Amino acid sequence: MNAEPEQASPHDDSRRTFLKQSSVLTAMALVPSPVVTAAAAELDEKVAAAFEKIPLSLKVNGTKHKLQVEPRTTLLDLLREQLHLTGTKKGCDYGQCGACTVHVDGQRVNSCLSFAVMHDGQEITTIEGLAKGDDLHPMQEAFVKHDGFQCGYCTPGQIMSAVACVREGHAGSEGEIREYMSGNICRCGAYSNIVAAIQDVKQGGQKV
Amino acid sequence: MKAQQKQIGAPMNRVDGHLKVTGAAKYSAEYELPGLVYAVLVGSTIAKGRLTSIEAKAAERAPGVLAVVTHYNSPKVPGYDTAGKDPSQPATVGGPIKIFNDDKIRFNDQPIAVVVADSWERARYAARLIKAQYAKEAHQTNLEDNKPQAFLPTSAKKNPKSPMADYQRGQADAYKTGAIKIEGEYVIPTEMHHPMEMQSITAHWEAPDRLTLYDKTQGTLATRRDFAKEWGLPEANVKVIATFVGGAFGNALHSWPHESAAIIAAKVVNRPVKLMLTREQMFTQVGYRPYTWQKLGMSATPDGKITAITHESIGQTSTYEEFTESTLAQTRMMYASPNLTTRYRLAALDIGSPIWMRGPGEATGAFALESAMDEMAHLLNLDPLEFRLRNYTDTDPEKNRPWSTKFLKECYKLGADRIGWSNRKLKPGSLRDGEWLVGYGMGVGTFGAHRGGAHASAQLRPDGTVLMQCATTDIGPGTGTAMTQIAADTLGIAPEKITFELGHSDYPQAGTQGGSSTVNSVGPAVQQACLALKDKLRELAGAQNPTFASAKKEDVTLGDKHLSLSSNTAARVPYSDLLKQAGAATVTVEAKPGNEGQQYSMYSFSVHFAEVRVHELTGEVRVSKLVSCADAGTIINEKTAANQMKGGAVGGIGMALMEHARIDDRFGRYVTKDLADYHVPVHADAPNIEVAFVNQPDLKVNALGTKGIGEIATIGVAPAIANAVFNATGKRVRELPITPDKLV
Repeated sequence: MNAEPEQASPHDDSRRTFLKQSSVLTAMALVPSPVVTAAAAELDEKVAAAFEKIPLSLKVNGTKHKLQVEPRTTLLDLLREQLHLTGTKKGCDYGQCGACTVHVDGQRVNSCLSFAVMHDGQEITTIEGLAKGDDLHPMQEAFVKHDGFQCGYCTPGQIMSAVACVREGHAGSEGEIREYMSGNICRCGAYSNIVAAIQDVKQGGQKV
Repeated sequence: MKAQQKQIGAPMNRVDGHLKVTGAAKYSAEYELPGLVYAVLVGSTIAKGRLTSIEAKAAERAPGVLAVVTHYNSPKVPGYDTAGKDPSQPATVGGPIKIFNDDKIRFNDQPIAVVVADSWERARYAARLIKAQYAKEAHQTNLEDNKPQAFLPTSAKKNPKSPMADYQRGQADAYKTGAIKIEGEYVIPTEMHHPMEMQSITAHWEAPDRLTLYDKTQGTLATRRDFAKEWGLPEANVKVIATFVGGAFGNALHSWPHESAAIIAAKVVNRPVKLMLTREQMFTQVGYRPYTWQKLGMSATPDGKITAITHESIGQTSTYEEFTESTLAQTRMMYASPNLTTRYRLAALDIGSPIWMRGPGEATGAFALESAMDEMAHLLNLDPLEFRLRNYTDTDPEKNRPWSTKFLKECYKLGADRIGWSNRKLKPGSLRDGEWLVGYGMGVGTFGAHRGGAHASAQLRPDGTVLMQCATTDIGPGTGTAMTQIAADTLGIAPEKITFELGHSDYPQAGTQGGSSTVNSVGPAVQQACLALKDKLRELAGAQNPTFASAKKEDVTLGDKHLSLSSNTAARVPYSDLLKQAGAATVTVEAKPGNEGQQYSMYSFSVHFAEVRVHELTGEVRVSKLVSCADAGTIINEKTAANQMKGGAVGGIGMALMEHARIDDRFGRYVTKDLADYHVPVHADAPNIEVAFVNQPDLKVNALGTKGIGEIATIGVAPAIANAVFNATGKRVRELPITPDKLV
């Protein structure tokens, strides 16, 4: 975020400012009367919320959620801030690091690059949904065994991507794994251990 | 795992591995607190000048906004009045920026406002509505332009014995008169730490004078001290929690503006405030490895003995803080040159302050020194490994002291065998594989085996489990795991029975996790706490069974449910009886180094061997193999230690081939703003990295024999790659990173 030195443009005013500043007549012409009443009674916050939020149904880790979300809320922020599933990490917000990787209907997706509302009716799996109760997923086991992490922050994204990499059939060789895992950055540099973990799972033939 | 089995050295899985692979590990922006709100920083768009106005009304009126704080309306921060007025600190050294305190702009993207709202989205939107006007002044952001103004650091002016002061042994600049000599200028550009977790903090005023911070920091106590001071509070009133830290590599060794901003914002709205920097803000506000210019001259005899070295450097600092690092340290002690001169200078620029980045100055300096070693070996037509062996020194030539231990020759042997050094050709450009030119190079690293005082507590509970605590942090190396192994061996119990808690300022004191010092410092505290616990248990048991009273603490054996003696297995006291009165037995101890550091020169050593392939048409460089060998004393955990070495090597690949934070000097602003512009190594850039440890204890450093790994894992990697590129192509690149344009 930066403060630009230019003058404010008409777009800068918020919806609430608009409601506060519009004359009653203009307002009545543009918006339903309860809204005007609300604004006048300084209940504009609720009005703004009502304008801004739209309904969304999705299934996360097997649980159905009926939500009201702002269209500008990313899937990542929805998971972390509203559903409190903080296992999915924010590492850049630009789809460049892979820390936010989740599965959407079985496909790996950078959750920071997609809006939550784009996933109406879809099924999301996050790192919290990978293990079956106390039994770790084979990929999680392999990451522990091969020490496929250090600080642990990129790990959920690496694991979600690794599972998808095997499912897609892109774990045929070391080179192929490195190529198809290159969207997931590990700044601690545990790459060779991650590759070893993926190869172990792939060669172990367990169902992923 | 059976009790009594030796854990030190074993490749034990991490104790927090389960939490990390299930997403249950909580980092600083992941604490749910009642009434939590979100803060977004607004940065300046000029690099130097004054703020003349900030228009915040639109932002204040935006939905969900609770507050916009600027220097116009910020509450008074009590510590700002005293900051920088510490008489023990020279005035020119300055101090961290005082956020929202005045209208002065010292660097581009300096925070000028913080917006607090009830969601990220609303805070972010409102932040975009803020407009600022400035009175701009001419800025300086280019080190090369500012070399003539470079100055001796204040610490060196005050103390001629400071490691930052000019150094000389033998004749000054003697290389200039040598018959066989080389001279070169080397440049390391600004590099960014970029841990995957962006800097975040959740600040909570639990009472008007009680502050809790969930913060990304490498030192819970350093952070507590800084913010207690800033707010004029007793340290006991400030709590800093950093249970998990998503990488840092040095950039959480300092307190930064965003932390102050979140604390101020939390004060204003009287609710817990969460602030996470954007990736772009990570370039401007939380330090970097400073752009450093170096010049190195060396002379040698025809039979390969170095006669003189002069190594000079100018590093970048900010206008408000003097940042120094040990760029020239390795040059002074690595090779037995009778004549040696070093000169370290700084140039102050209108950019935020730098901070140590992994391997810090030593990695920068080693690029020049180890490249120069390769250049001289080439000039002498000598194998670079043989050239290093001819200048090997068995005592520290800088301090004229014995090494505590030095197994660098052993490292050379381990590494040379593994990389296949015998395949290397003396003549550059001799090896090829199709369109790829193949080359081999080596680089040496060293870093002080630093140890500080540390405290740790140990508590036995009636179920036979042991809880240990220490305020140290774990930014990734696996501190909790290593400490659990040390405790398991000292107590003679299975690691599963031990819980090691860290990352909380209320726990027993320990230093910041930095400078490869954690295991050296905290390890002995853990070991001694476990021994003290045994002694305490022996005493407690002695009250019930006189055999214990006269026994030695070393003989005390912790069974599943009872205490016994290895010298007398018949003597047994159940824990339930032993701990009946107190509920648990707890000890807290402090472990401090002695004066070994005055008698010996204590260093970790490493050597890195690289095999590279350079495409003859495109100039693309691929590191096809890396071998890193270390003399780091006792290895506590073979698995995590090797991982740390591999990670440092990956960092070195980034340094050598891609990392470069660029500023457009017209605006004094970074044009590399994200991970698409600023390249760090990805999976496809990292080869298989082979690691070997000498694993010989250094009992002068501590009773465990550890020397530290974190820095030597990176120091020497970049020159190993640069030297391999020379061996492949005959092209010497003295300015990192080695991008294809420099090779075609």
